[in-house]
Amino acid sequence: MARKASVDSAALALAAAHGQEQEAVYIYEAPVRLWHWVNALAILVLAVSGYFIGSPFPTLSGEASSHYLMGYIRFAHFAAGYVLAIGFLFRIYWALAGNHHAHQIFVPPVHSASWWDGVIHEAKWYLFLAREPRKYVGHNPLATLTMHFVFIWVIVFMIFTGFALYGEGEGMDSWQYRLFSSWIIPLFGQSQDVHTWHHLGMWAIVCFSLVHIYAAVREDIVSRQSIISSMISGWRMFKDHRPPDDGH
Amino acid sequence: MLESFYDVMRRQGISRRSFLKFCSLTAASLGLGPSFNATIAHAMENKPRIPVLWLHGLECTCCSESFIRSAHPLVKDVILSMLSLDYDDTIMASAGHQAEAIVTEIVEKNKGNYILAVEGNPPLNEDGMFCIIGGKPFVDQLKYAASNAKAIISWGSCASWGCVQAARPNPTRATPVHQVITDKPIIKVPGCPPIAEVMTAVVTYILTFERFPELDRQGRPKMFYSQRIHDKCYRRPHFDAGQYVESWDDEGARKGYCLYKMGCKGPTTYNACSTVRWNNGTSFPIQSGHGCIGCSEEGFWDKGGFYDRLTNINAFGIEANADKIGLTAAAVVGGAAAIHAGVTAVKRARESGDKQS
Repeated sequence: MARKASVDSAALALAAAHGQEQEAVYIYEAPVRLWHWVNALAILVLAVSGYFIGSPFPTLSGEASSHYLMGYIRFAHFAAGYVLAIGFLFRIYWALAGNHHAHQIFVPPVHSASWWDGVIHEAKWYLFLAREPRKYVGHNPLATLTMHFVFIWVIVFMIFTGFALYGEGEGMDSWQYRLFSSWIIPLFGQSQDVHTWHHLGMWAIVCFSLVHIYAAVREDIVSRQSIISSMISGWRMFKDHRPPDDGH
Repeated sequence: MLESFYDVMRRQGISRRSFLKFCSLTAASLGLGPSFNATIAHAMENKPRIPVLWLHGLECTCCSESFIRSAHPLVKDVILSMLSLDYDDTIMASAGHQAEAIVTEIVEKNKGNYILAVEGNPPLNEDGMFCIIGGKPFVDQLKYAASNAKAIISWGSCASWGCVQAARPNPTRATPVHQVITDKPIIKVPGCPPIAEVMTAVVTYILTFERFPELDRQGRPKMFYSQRIHDKCYRRPHFDAGQYVESWDDEGARKGYCLYKMGCKGPTTYNACSTVRWNNGTSFPIQSGHGCIGCSEEGFWDKGGFYDRLTNINAFGIEANADKIGLTAAAVVGGAAAIHAGVTAVKRARESGDKQS
């Protein structure tokens, strides 16, 4: 990790030596960027289809054999669910295999006092109490905290409860039922409870997405580094030449 | 010595010749060789009928009412020839001390060799005073009868989950059987009531094979509780097509569309209603135009209205469903972000103004 950090610093120094106006570090590798956007699309499909499973469209007239609306909606939900779950497994793999930025949101340094100081400073910046935000190559500490607890764990919750509900339809001899439904359904009491919690989880993800998108747009404008373009190109650009605050 | 199956058959007027024919026919239908005729005959002659104690706790007797309507097998065959139902205070002739003496007799004489069937559950508050049998709390009778039982059948949702008497706030602390008796094998046959044929089939299976049928993780027999009502519902094509009853007596209701939007709990209820049906296979709730209320599921009284698709969530006295809570939360977050954006814009404008001046 120290070696990788020095690579970042060397890249910055190199950029400075060449007199470039904006310094840049390559932080998000292609698999992370691809996962991010596939995951975002999957969440969009899941939230919309999931909502319409709970509150279906108005009734269609005619023969039942000439429609399959709920069937298609459920298919979209299950297909997107698999994409999200497999993508998440891949993302965990990449957290181990990728560069040192790839595992940042999985292991927030909660034992580090200076990191918590960073969380507080970032919170103050958001509350308009700090004059200037700190400069980060990776995620700022408040973002790491939010992504870990509100994104990662809620997604894990949704994958587990989602597969538990899916396993019910697949039947008691399916691997989904054995692996998920058989213990998750009794844990919550009964199937209806799991449905309700899965539904609440969707709204938690919606709230996270609102904050995530707002914060990304705002940071892109007012912080000292690039945010949105970084998730497209992989490069973090900086708007000043002072050293970053996350130890790089 | 308890009566064997052979004794009972002879008592009912079946000749030995017919009995032996039955044994060879059974061996043939099971795919066994001719030498097994004698084995089956030996078992039928020597295997005693297992006595069954049927206790009634806090309940409404709907399980018994359902049980006596079984058509396949007829309940008279079950009671008179298959099981030795020695005690059931609702349908037995004797009463009072004479009846209670039977419980003691079975528990003492058939140690580890009788089945205890429990209808209803024991209330535990006030030392069990809310349900008194023969002058004593039911919970004491239950514990005594369970002490020497081979196995326990929990009839209905009362014995299995708690049912209406255990619904919030559960004033008598009615408690399902498996939380009171923890050292015996228990089979749950939930439903309010369970389907008659399911009840007699479970009893028949246990007595014939002297073991439980395969159970799921929650102790229910898989052969009747492994699928949801929804999985085998004859209205399922309308669900998949997106055709729902929107209000009672609308066009969809007349055409027999899916009752999903009317709060049908078929998608979350494990039972055999949509396959076995009720009253000799005549009908079941959805067939008669009403959604499933999920009566065989744990705590079904406390899962919001029978006519709501999304469960109401009780939080400090405010009732709302997941969508209302979620939309409110999203609106608050979205509003906060908008205000925050506004403040950010003003602050930036002011700062850039400072720099210029």
